[in-house]
Amino acid sequence: MKTLEYDTVVIGGGPAGIAAAIKATELGLKTILIENRDLLGGIPLQCVHTGFGLHYFKEDLTGTQFVTRLLDKLEKLRVEYLLKAHVHSIEYLDYDKKLVNVVTPQGVVRILTKTIIYTTGARERHLYEIGVVGDRPDGIYTAGEAQTLMDIYGIMPGREVVIIGSGDVGLIMARRFALEGAKVKAVIEILPYPGGLMRNVMQCLRDYNIPLLLGHTVVKVVGKKRVEKVIVAKVDENFKPIEGTEFEIPCDTVVLSVGLRPYLKVLEKLGIHIDPATGGPVVNEYLETNIPGVFVAGNALVVNDLVDYAVEQGELAAEGAKVFIENKGIPTKNWKLVEKGRNIRLVVPHAVSGERDVIIYARVANPERNVYVQIPELGFRLFSYGVRPAEMIWFKLRKDMFSKLGADVNKITLEVKPR
Amino acid sequence: MSKELELTCIICPASCTLKVTVEDNKVIKVEGNLCPRGVEFAKNELSNPVRYVMSVVKVRGGDLPTVSVVTRNPVPKNCIWQVMEALAKVEVEAPVEIGDVIVKDICGTDIIATRRAKKI
Amino acid sequence: MSDKYRVVIVGAGVVGSSIARVLSMYENFDITLVEKEPDVGWGASKANTSIVHPGHEEEPDVHPLRAKLCVKGNEMWRTWAKELEIPVTFPGELMVFTNDEEEKKAREYIKLARLNNVPGVRIIYQEELRVLEPNIAREAKGAVYAPTGGLISPFEAVIAVVENAVENGVKLMTETEVLGVKVSEGRVKGVETNRGFIEADIVINAAGLYSDKITHSAGVELNFQVKPRKGEYLLFDEDIPVKPTRVLHTTPTPITKGVYAITTVHGNVLIGPTAEDLPIEAKGDASTSVKGLDYVYQEASKLLREMPPRSRVIRTFAGLRPEPPGGHWLIKAYSDPWGFVNAAGIRSPGFTSAPAIAEYVANLISETFDIKLVKKTNWNPYRRDITRLNNRPLSEIDELIKKNPAYGEIVCYCKTVSKAEILEAVDRMIKTGIKTITLDGLKFRTYAGFGMCQGAFCRWRIAKIVSEKLGVPLYDVTVKRTKYGIGDVKTLWVERKG
Repeated sequence: MKTLEYDTVVIGGGPAGIAAAIKATELGLKTILIENRDLLGGIPLQCVHTGFGLHYFKEDLTGTQFVTRLLDKLEKLRVEYLLKAHVHSIEYLDYDKKLVNVVTPQGVVRILTKTIIYTTGARERHLYEIGVVGDRPDGIYTAGEAQTLMDIYGIMPGREVVIIGSGDVGLIMARRFALEGAKVKAVIEILPYPGGLMRNVMQCLRDYNIPLLLGHTVVKVVGKKRVEKVIVAKVDENFKPIEGTEFEIPCDTVVLSVGLRPYLKVLEKLGIHIDPATGGPVVNEYLETNIPGVFVAGNALVVNDLVDYAVEQGELAAEGAKVFIENKGIPTKNWKLVEKGRNIRLVVPHAVSGERDVIIYARVANPERNVYVQIPELGFRLFSYGVRPAEMIWFKLRKDMFSKLGADVNKITLEVKPR
Repeated sequence: MSKELELTCIICPASCTLKVTVEDNKVIKVEGNLCPRGVEFAKNELSNPVRYVMSVVKVRGGDLPTVSVVTRNPVPKNCIWQVMEALAKVEVEAPVEIGDVIVKDICGTDIIATRRAKKI
Repeated sequence: MSDKYRVVIVGAGVVGSSIARVLSMYENFDITLVEKEPDVGWGASKANTSIVHPGHEEEPDVHPLRAKLCVKGNEMWRTWAKELEIPVTFPGELMVFTNDEEEKKAREYIKLARLNNVPGVRIIYQEELRVLEPNIAREAKGAVYAPTGGLISPFEAVIAVVENAVENGVKLMTETEVLGVKVSEGRVKGVETNRGFIEADIVINAAGLYSDKITHSAGVELNFQVKPRKGEYLLFDEDIPVKPTRVLHTTPTPITKGVYAITTVHGNVLIGPTAEDLPIEAKGDASTSVKGLDYVYQEASKLLREMPPRSRVIRTFAGLRPEPPGGHWLIKAYSDPWGFVNAAGIRSPGFTSAPAIAEYVANLISETFDIKLVKKTNWNPYRRDITRLNNRPLSEIDELIKKNPAYGEIVCYCKTVSKAEILEAVDRMIKTGIKTITLDGLKFRTYAGFGMCQGAFCRWRIAKIVSEKLGVPLYDVTVKRTKYGIGDVKTLWVERKG
């Protein structure tokens, strides 16, 4: 078995990983990017729709265009990468020594590294974890799987489709199915509001007369060989189906768009702390986990609604790796915890230093209109016409805002308050 | 007589809720937009709604069996199916570069590739 | 024409497959194993609790065969599992009681254990219970400890048994449904199937849930009816904090063996089953229900000190078990019609007993049909498992890759399954005589898709390997019973317009 040595190993060749590898290389770190598949790019390679890059490139691009720009930069910088390379396990030897064991078609490669940037993305939640019961026929796909089939391999999963969940991927796939000639019978959402962006509700569903059933759930899948129908019911305020409201929707295909969960299999075995709210790791403002020198970015950190954020996080993690290596560990001694206040469901990072500018990513628990997003300890306050769980709250806290904060204060609280 | 209606701007993910005031079939006021494109969207949406059309076409000899495509400019909504029909019949040869014209001059625009197809 | 008896076994579940393996030891038979499904073991053999029962729950005066063959089967699986490389463990079983009434009932099983010669069964209390099972629920008072209780991978067991039987000359015919047994002049002549007539001198009915239909067509046991009994299960991820170390179950009631909580041989926590008697028409209804799953979850909480959260469920499923009249197995060889054998209505503990049932059936055949069994000299008892990467040291993985780079291409991230394993499974399916390569069949052979993502990451990847290997379009790959896709997006568009 071959052993290689690097300053940083980036695991996962999607947007966050590519951005991290580029940034780390630019910062002068000896970097290698590891990717499972036989090509770099990750999920945006199958995103043929626009809406990518407005934040990062200040241009409206398709996912494919967005990620190709990053890839061209990666190639130009001659960043090293391994394809068809699967991270089998990570061994923690010392704070600045980790061994990454990689299975490749050329054999097992062992990489000794000071830092790790973990960018493996998220997995799609499936039928069983959301508690749908009934038969287990063919014809059930996750939205991402359906997207791979249609937009990479050009094959049609089915003719008559019911989509469970109104997350953006589900809405986008509703339009893709409709455009390619399938009949999309309905998009079914258990919450009283859509899971994805309003823009996608308009241009993906409304344009194609696809019904969006809010406050409904699929209570049962029926089908002997392939899906034959789904039984749908209204739900009460506790998301329990209301008896007597059931009706059938005949279909041959069920597509699931019921959310993503950070996929951290290998890191979990290493003992990282998980935040139940994000499903991702607990991190400080460099996106470093409780394991020194192990950083996480992109959807493996927190499920983002813009790829731009994933890229931003990848770059930040690379900066963190640089700081870590230069200082033999992140030098901050006095962390301030970021606590969740009123109507905040999740927030990343979990600890800030006040020693540098920091970007806060958060989601609310419930939609609310005309509110302040605020951190009372810092006197920080941001007005918003409306906050929705589907739309990530993004803002920057400048270093100078922390100057008012007493040295003994070890937490700040993010909250949403009505105006 | 003026009337007010609500639209969701689809130009970018901000999804601004637009309050549009219309008088004699003309947009006279748009509120709720975070950028000027919201005004343009509202005007278009009420007179001649347009959409980008995104899909894939078959590719021969490429690293992947399809390339993704988009209309260079938005096309009138009632042209969407005409675009899709044209795309169903097209098959291109790898290599394809982003920006390559896949179908020329359809519904007043071209269809261009948005994914690279490497020749294999 | 050869002088061998032509044998058709109806049903490639664990019973039919075991009978095939045992009969393949002898020179006397030319065996065809017939299965209506695309793969082996897709009936009751697949969706069960995966337990090798100790045999202390069978009343010898009511169910003498069940009592005898269960204990023997428990012993035999130990040998079979070694010979066939089937994942199996024997952590022992704890029948847990929480109150005096249950304790009284539990004590009856000690008596049964003695009558059935089940080794080592005894009552244990608080302290010892907590030593044996550190994760036991707080309210547990004691348990009946049966040290011979085991766990097996049921679907792999059937696959292994069939592979070995085929290796020893058995012919497998999948997607072949027996429509009826043909009898003429007091003898069986063969079976009518959807693929035509198969001649046979001996027909063995191991059709599980449908074994009533088969025996009726042979003109015997016309009152025998097999009803479906449904069992629902919840399967959890491997990575949960509190997992059972032993086979745990609640004290059985007259209608169920109780709810179990186990850690499968693959490390997942499995809880279940319900025991719901369905009408005879409902033999195809293996649907799950909210009520059933909630019940199982609640019952299992009497066993574990901390239940895995519902959010860690990776799959819910239900199995239909055959329930014969009075719970009595129907194992019998007939001289009228000569050549007909029933191994029908094999309900629990059928899986455990299958190897012993097979031997019992072989003896019945020998005695009833006066056949002097002659052992083959070249019978091969061994079957190698698929070479797997999971749980293998890195140095060995490296060596495997050096020999075959396909071991270096990981397709299933959750279970670390390589392309080489998928390809080996495809080859084995073809070699075994399976007509259609299904993604489901590959999943049960390789574990790819068995993890937390349930195939969201890997199903298309595996389908692509199959499509390339078999030279069929990706959309034409079979998932379980239908195709992965309906066709090419653009071709369909043109056709629709056309």
